[in-house]
Amino acid sequence: MTAIKVEDIIKPDNLVYKKSSVLTDVPMHYCYGCSHGVVHKLIAEVIEEMNIQEDVVGVAPVGCAVMAYYYLDIDWMQAAHGRAPAVATGYKRVNPKKYVFSYQGDGDLAAIGTAETMHAVNRGENIVMIFINNAIYGMTGGQMAPTSLVGQVTATSPHGRDVDLNGYPLKITELVAQLPGAAYVTRQSVHTPGNVRKTKKAIRKAFENCDKKIGTSFIEVVSTCNSGWKIDPVQSNEWMVENMFPFYPLGDIKDGERDDVDKYLVQKLKK
Amino acid sequence: MGDIRLMKGNEVIAEAAIRCGCDAYFGYPITPQSEVMETLMARAPWEETGMVVLQAESEVASINMLFGGASAGKKVMTSSSSPGISLMAEGISYMAGAELPGLIVNVQRGGPGLGTIQPSQADYFQATKGGGHGDYRLFVLAPNSVQEMADFVDLGFEKSFKYRNPAMILTDGVIGQMMEKVELTAFKPRWTDLQVEEISGSWAATGKNKNRKQHIMTSLEMVSERQEKNNERFQAKYKQMQEEDVMFEEIQCDDAEYIIVAYGVSSRISAKAVDLLREKGIKAGLFRPITLFPFPNKRINELADKAKGFLSVEMNAGQMVEDVRLSVLGKTKVEHFGRMGGIIATPSEVVEAIESKLIGG
Repeated sequence: MTAIKVEDIIKPDNLVYKKSSVLTDVPMHYCYGCSHGVVHKLIAEVIEEMNIQEDVVGVAPVGCAVMAYYYLDIDWMQAAHGRAPAVATGYKRVNPKKYVFSYQGDGDLAAIGTAETMHAVNRGENIVMIFINNAIYGMTGGQMAPTSLVGQVTATSPHGRDVDLNGYPLKITELVAQLPGAAYVTRQSVHTPGNVRKTKKAIRKAFENCDKKIGTSFIEVVSTCNSGWKIDPVQSNEWMVENMFPFYPLGDIKDGERDDVDKYLVQKLKK
Repeated sequence: MGDIRLMKGNEVIAEAAIRCGCDAYFGYPITPQSEVMETLMARAPWEETGMVVLQAESEVASINMLFGGASAGKKVMTSSSSPGISLMAEGISYMAGAELPGLIVNVQRGGPGLGTIQPSQADYFQATKGGGHGDYRLFVLAPNSVQEMADFVDLGFEKSFKYRNPAMILTDGVIGQMMEKVELTAFKPRWTDLQVEEISGSWAATGKNKNRKQHIMTSLEMVSERQEKNNERFQAKYKQMQEEDVMFEEIQCDDAEYIIVAYGVSSRISAKAVDLLREKGIKAGLFRPITLFPFPNKRINELADKAKGFLSVEMNAGQMVEDVRLSVLGKTKVEHFGRMGGIIATPSEVVEAIESKLIGG
């Protein structure tokens, strides 16, 4: 198998829709309507198209995607809660030729693992970080997440998220984009075919960045959790568009490479 | 002739890591062991052997970087001191659960909490009984000299790969900070990709190819029956350690009526106490466990047939003494003597303890 160039994806030979060979046959445990399955599929397709199955290692989180390794036929590490960026760092540093990606939810990446997230990006680790933001803890049964919206009703904010009590929803992706080690920071979604295509393009770009050694690529996917939100899949998409998109607007936040080191050199410390 | 130098215990950990072909060190500064990373950074082994040295944002990150590096089948290590090891406990448990090798050095200081930066042996329970959650053990080596600090880095890696389980060097602020003569071993090259494949290719996450199934480094198993099988496999490893890899040293134990059991710096002090006791005509001996897990239960039990009493000398309120009692199984008296708070006992205090707790007691 050879890698398919981005411009060749549109060729008739490549246009036949089929299940990616990087996806296993294991039925996914995700709820109907959940965004995880779509994002998994996109990562699998990108790995197949880039022909890097033998050279990629994923880091699964604690959360709904803890068993992501059942679905993508690659080698995996399953990290402790929030620690995926540190695990990815450790692997990438001793095996710099491999493609390493972490896959985390909002509780994992933006609450318990905030330090690991910020410092991995700040070091400009040449890894891909995929961030599923559905504004809720899905796995444990719908508790408030760091990204839950003000007023959002969850199992641990039954009267709605109250800023006085719980603080503000955390726009961690905007924070990450401020860090000099970040190369590419984008926020996408997978609720329409068009958005699915944009997300896939972003994932492909992020993996390609690993080779260029230009810093960390970070993709937030604003996602649905109809089980946690306690509405059906269609209503979930509508709820996401109405409530989440205004607060978490889609689009690229940073697209380039990590900051030039010279910008950070203090004159008297220059060699 | 070997390379003989005068070095600090902490510095020699760094030097030995480079020489044994370690692939990466991840760490975070904490007294009294910061010289480990300082020495590594000054030596810049990435230019020499390609070894990675990275200062992490926390001990939590360090141990999880170890998890990542170990998943690649590489020789990875960290070092810290007591409070930092507590922060690593989660990651160590995950490594034990995912069956990953790796070396952790604990240069102990006094506790609990922030405690003191002075030396201590108060982390014996934490090191030998697991430390993190779940039913797991580490392979625990207790050096009592700068020479053993050097030798046990390579040995620790060897055992941790043999068992696919994290190993720990449990030392203390005295051994870490003191300078002694040390003979350094020759440089061993780091493993090549081919060697990693030969040694760890059957399990490591080296990249999935068509010829094999996925390699997944996880400690998660949702099916209870399968998790129990995992637990049984782990326990079988700990049993095998007990059968194959117990290490200890005996000094004048053959005719000893009173045996001091001590490890690390306490064993150095106790060796002097044995001399003082012998001068007084008291038949004393020193038994030094070198592996704290697996613990030398069997040999201590044999020695208990003839000895009139054991004194466990530790810089804590009495931790290893429990293992000594479990080894002696009531055959004879077992007492404890220890100083805390970072205070190092003197040989004469140990002599007094033998006299008051065992002979007079």
